[in-house]
Amino acid sequence: MKGKGAISNWIVVLLALHAIVILAGFFAPYDPTEQDRKSPYQPPMRIHFVDAQGYFHARPFVYQLQPREGSYDQYQENIARSVPLKFFVQGERYRLLGFVPSHLHLFGAENERICLLGSDSYGRDQLSRFLYGGQVSLFAGLLGAGITLFLGLGVGALAGFYGGWRDDLLMRLAELFLALPWLYLLFALRAFLPLAVGPLQAFFLIIAVLGAVGWARPARLVRGVVLSAKERDFVRAARGFGATSGYLLRRHILPEASSVLLTQAAILVPQFVLAEMTLSFLGLGVPEPVPSWGSLLSSLEQYSVLVSCWWMYLPALMMVPFFLGYLGLGSRLQQYGEPYKIGK
Amino acid sequence: MPYLLRRFGHAIFLLIGVSALAFAFTVLSPGNYFDEMRLNPQIAPETIAALKTQYELDRPLPIRYAHWVSSVLHGNMGFSFAYNSPVAPLLLVRARNTLLLTITAMLLAWGIALPLGIWSAEHQGGVSDRLVSSGTAALMVIPDLALALGLLVLAVKSGWFPTGGMVSLHFDDLSFLGKIRDLLLHMTLPVAALVLSVLPLLIRHVRASVAEVLDAPFLLAAEGHGIPRRTLLYRYALPAAANPLISLFGFSVGTLLSGSLLVEVVMSWPGLGPFLLEAILARDLYVIIGGVLLSTLFLVGGNFSADMLLYWADPRIRAEARN
Repeated sequence: MKGKGAISNWIVVLLALHAIVILAGFFAPYDPTEQDRKSPYQPPMRIHFVDAQGYFHARPFVYQLQPREGSYDQYQENIARSVPLKFFVQGERYRLLGFVPSHLHLFGAENERICLLGSDSYGRDQLSRFLYGGQVSLFAGLLGAGITLFLGLGVGALAGFYGGWRDDLLMRLAELFLALPWLYLLFALRAFLPLAVGPLQAFFLIIAVLGAVGWARPARLVRGVVLSAKERDFVRAARGFGATSGYLLRRHILPEASSVLLTQAAILVPQFVLAEMTLSFLGLGVPEPVPSWGSLLSSLEQYSVLVSCWWMYLPALMMVPFFLGYLGLGSRLQQYGEPYKIGK
Repeated sequence: MPYLLRRFGHAIFLLIGVSALAFAFTVLSPGNYFDEMRLNPQIAPETIAALKTQYELDRPLPIRYAHWVSSVLHGNMGFSFAYNSPVAPLLLVRARNTLLLTITAMLLAWGIALPLGIWSAEHQGGVSDRLVSSGTAALMVIPDLALALGLLVLAVKSGWFPTGGMVSLHFDDLSFLGKIRDLLLHMTLPVAALVLSVLPLLIRHVRASVAEVLDAPFLLAAEGHGIPRRTLLYRYALPAAANPLISLFGFSVGTLLSGSLLVEVVMSWPGLGPFLLEAILARDLYVIIGGVLLSTLFLVGGNFSADMLLYWADPRIRAEARN
């Protein structure tokens, strides 16, 4: 079927993009916190195949960047020193997936740092920071969306299935959460949690805040599904045969909500990634030196960077494929929303 | 009008609920404004304790809430520790600036989305429709933050627009028209960022709901009567498609307010955004609660006006309300 094909295409695209970020250690040439104070704000190095004399080289190379004469932050290519790109090189030690120790990097160069996306104020490689930052931002989004959907599922099922005062109470509470613009809600929650915390704590704090912010909308949707599902004939029949409430919910009612939840997930994840970026951009998120997509962009708040370092904007463009993937998946799921289930 | 009265009562309930919730959240807070003072050896512990007592931070939560509510009713909305003044006057100036942005952006966004969406629905599948839908898709995949920063880069490179603040330094010396021109120039970038961030959503919804109505038999009949195309679209199709769009109007208020928070910080617009951020970093409790409550007020106000609009536009709701 055309619809299913399109959905799995988008899923494959997303998986590939996420794999690159998860395996950041391999794809990134350097450690994201490694500094090179002698070359701050280096522009991206150009990859060449043809050298200054007009000779073609099969192996791509870059020219070493050196400060322009009489300047300390303007660079130019030193055509006397070409640095060949090497693939599958031994580089710095890192832990793949957090536990597999490895030296291998996709590319690199001998005795020379090459920054294909330029470097930041401390001379840190922007490409490496983008890839590692994706781990923070994407997983904050994914985990936050997971918690939100879990909460939404629980609250929606409780409200819809049992009804009565529970329904009233929970839905009034949901209205309160929906009455706040989401960013204000995020701010309010973040405001009452500790500000000066370590990177890992901050990461989990943000996930908790994100998870607590968005549950109201999925809860309402799930409640609607549960309300209609519990009056279906096969559910009544199962109840007549003596099925317990827990069994009914698990076996017959909540599976009906799976397509709603899936669609919500595709919508929520990019929203939450954006929310994490916003918090980190404003300095309320994961602190330095750990990179996140938000803090990567926050250097653009300085006027001088904005004016003279255009490459600091490149990470923003590199995020677009991720958002495109989620948007594509989300709209496909909405279109073919009905009883679509993975693996069938 | 019991319908509107009911909606109004609901709005009041939301405001009270959100404020109570915000107070309940303060329990989570691990410190307060005066804790930072403890690090300063020049301030005696007794002074800090006295300040805490003065601002009632040592009293139980329900009492603080009751006092805060009475402060709101007196038009103060609590006391800002950092500014040493009542919160309300501080907030109102910022809120005015935020509203200036969001309302302008709202009018512009809907002013663009309605004709474009209707046009796109009328030419379904055509080149122009596909152009519009790929344009909206492109806007949707650019993160809001990147969009705002991109506009800022554009402004800096071109030098067409001022890149921060609300007015120029020599604002007071300008003539009346000059002042308006200066303000408009400063508003352009933030408003553009806001409009571009909500526009794709609005256009898509307008297109979808108008396209649905265009297939209805009553429009075919009207067309058969020889009614001109423009009248058909704007007098017949649009009112019929209005119901979901008016609900979207209420929703877009919330989106714009959130978007404004970020855009204001990026473009250093002196609105609620930078003010609230500063308050969060300083743990200025009542400013945070005040800002959150004010945003709720705006959103609830937006929803309430959407309800009123719906009442006016949709005869079914009027009939339902009468019974």
